[in-house]
Amino acid sequence: MNKRLLQAPYIFWSAAFIIIPLCMVFYYGLTDKTGAITLQNIMTITDPEHAKAFFLSVELSVISTIICFVLAYPLAMVLTNLHVNQHSFVVLVFILPMWMNFLLRTMAWQTLLEKSGVINGILRFLHLPALEIINTPAAIILGMVYNFLPFMVLPIYTVLTKIDENVINAARDLGANSFQTFLKVKLPLSIPGIISGITMVFVPALTTFVISALLGGSKILLIGNVIEQEFTQTGNWHFGSGLSIVLMIFIIANMVISELTDQEGEGFGI
Amino acid sequence: MKKRLKQIYIFLIFIFLYAPIATLMVLSFNSSKTRAKWGGFTTRWYSSLLHNAAILKALSNTLTIAFLSALVATVIGLVACISFQYMKKRNRTIMIGITNIPMLNAEIVTGISLMLLYLTLHLRFGFFTVLLSHITFNIPYVIMSIMPRMKQLNPSVYEAALDLGASPSKAFFRVVFPDLMPGILAGFLMSFTMSVDDFIITHFTKGPGFDTLSTKIYTEVKKGIKPEMYALSTIIFGTVLILLFLINRNPHEKKTAAAVKTT
Repeated sequence: MNKRLLQAPYIFWSAAFIIIPLCMVFYYGLTDKTGAITLQNIMTITDPEHAKAFFLSVELSVISTIICFVLAYPLAMVLTNLHVNQHSFVVLVFILPMWMNFLLRTMAWQTLLEKSGVINGILRFLHLPALEIINTPAAIILGMVYNFLPFMVLPIYTVLTKIDENVINAARDLGANSFQTFLKVKLPLSIPGIISGITMVFVPALTTFVISALLGGSKILLIGNVIEQEFTQTGNWHFGSGLSIVLMIFIIANMVISELTDQEGEGFGI
Repeated sequence: MKKRLKQIYIFLIFIFLYAPIATLMVLSFNSSKTRAKWGGFTTRWYSSLLHNAAILKALSNTLTIAFLSALVATVIGLVACISFQYMKKRNRTIMIGITNIPMLNAEIVTGISLMLLYLTLHLRFGFFTVLLSHITFNIPYVIMSIMPRMKQLNPSVYEAALDLGASPSKAFFRVVFPDLMPGILAGFLMSFTMSVDDFIITHFTKGPGFDTLSTKIYTEVKKGIKPEMYALSTIIFGTVLILLFLINRNPHEKKTAAAVKTT
């Protein structure tokens, strides 16, 4: 009896605030105003304007995920080699920026990137060509990489610190050079961290509407902006929900992939 | 040479992460109202901040929501973690899967799903709906922080306390709770941070007339941000930095003190 009582609050909370709301998104996405079942809302993704926003979102989020990975992996390796035994310190360096509001930090890039901004001032001083990326997709990519880089660094760093030194030493003893050790030992062992890093960068990048609104000017629409407008301006919940379902298909696929590789990772550990 | 390269790389990433923060701090002392021009040094915005009722209201909303949502989420999350111990393995896997949904799902989808729920229930959008939403997205962080500690617990210790005559609640609060404390604290702090930094979910569940700092900044972006906002952000960031410095310094001092004693 007592045990049931302990289970009740969270079961209730997750049913009321996680499961039911998601069901409602599906309900609105799969019905029209009269309540009849329809696929029309989901098919609005094929509208030229929506499709354009959607493919741009996919393109930009894939590019930023790749850039994040390329920047984060060496960084995580360097951080692991530092032998700063203070795991918490490294985490702190990446969590601390969160205490400066996310919108303000992103907006600060406007100041840095503008034609007469700080970066161009430095470039001019060095007699280098000016950087004109504000209000372009490139600025949005920069904003995504800036905001989501910690989400790629932390999981990879955590996995790398857990690799047993002896495994590396064994590889070295058996005659592998440092590049082979990296390719055949470190990289495969860090795959679970890479996958969770990719998930944690790709999903928010794919669905953002804030970064594009702040750094892309008003002309570039991502799928997140389209959904946001359907809900807060047009007030068409059915279309907005339909487009969200399309997004969720991507997210669920992503979840399934990470779940599968996670199990492999655990199995590898045993 | 190789070591140098590594240091330079860390340094560049560090600049990349902290340059916008430094920019905002500099802007808070800029006497020109636009952020494009440097008009000389001033502390004017820090004093006018004290008279800006709208910003102070948004600040108090942000902190109240962050504190209450972190507190409630910590209690619900802790109880959930304990109840997971008594569940059948299959049910537990399902519950943990559900817990992962808000973390893996896109924030915009979580935001609109909660918005649809509140609209259907005819709740009045404002403080209360934002609070409910923040509790919802904070609980997973709490569970994630407490679960690893829970798994390390030795159940015999709790049973030993019961054998020695402690009531179940006393055994829990005197024996199990102290062991879980670091996880509980980490969960609370993580929740608090996430709540303060959240914009997307708040944006969809706040309704007109109610603002946190994030939503206030978002509406101001279009008309130009008031310099007081930079001043406030600099104060918040500075406070957290000093707090973290103090927290991290203390154990270090103890360690050096111990080291001095042993030598």
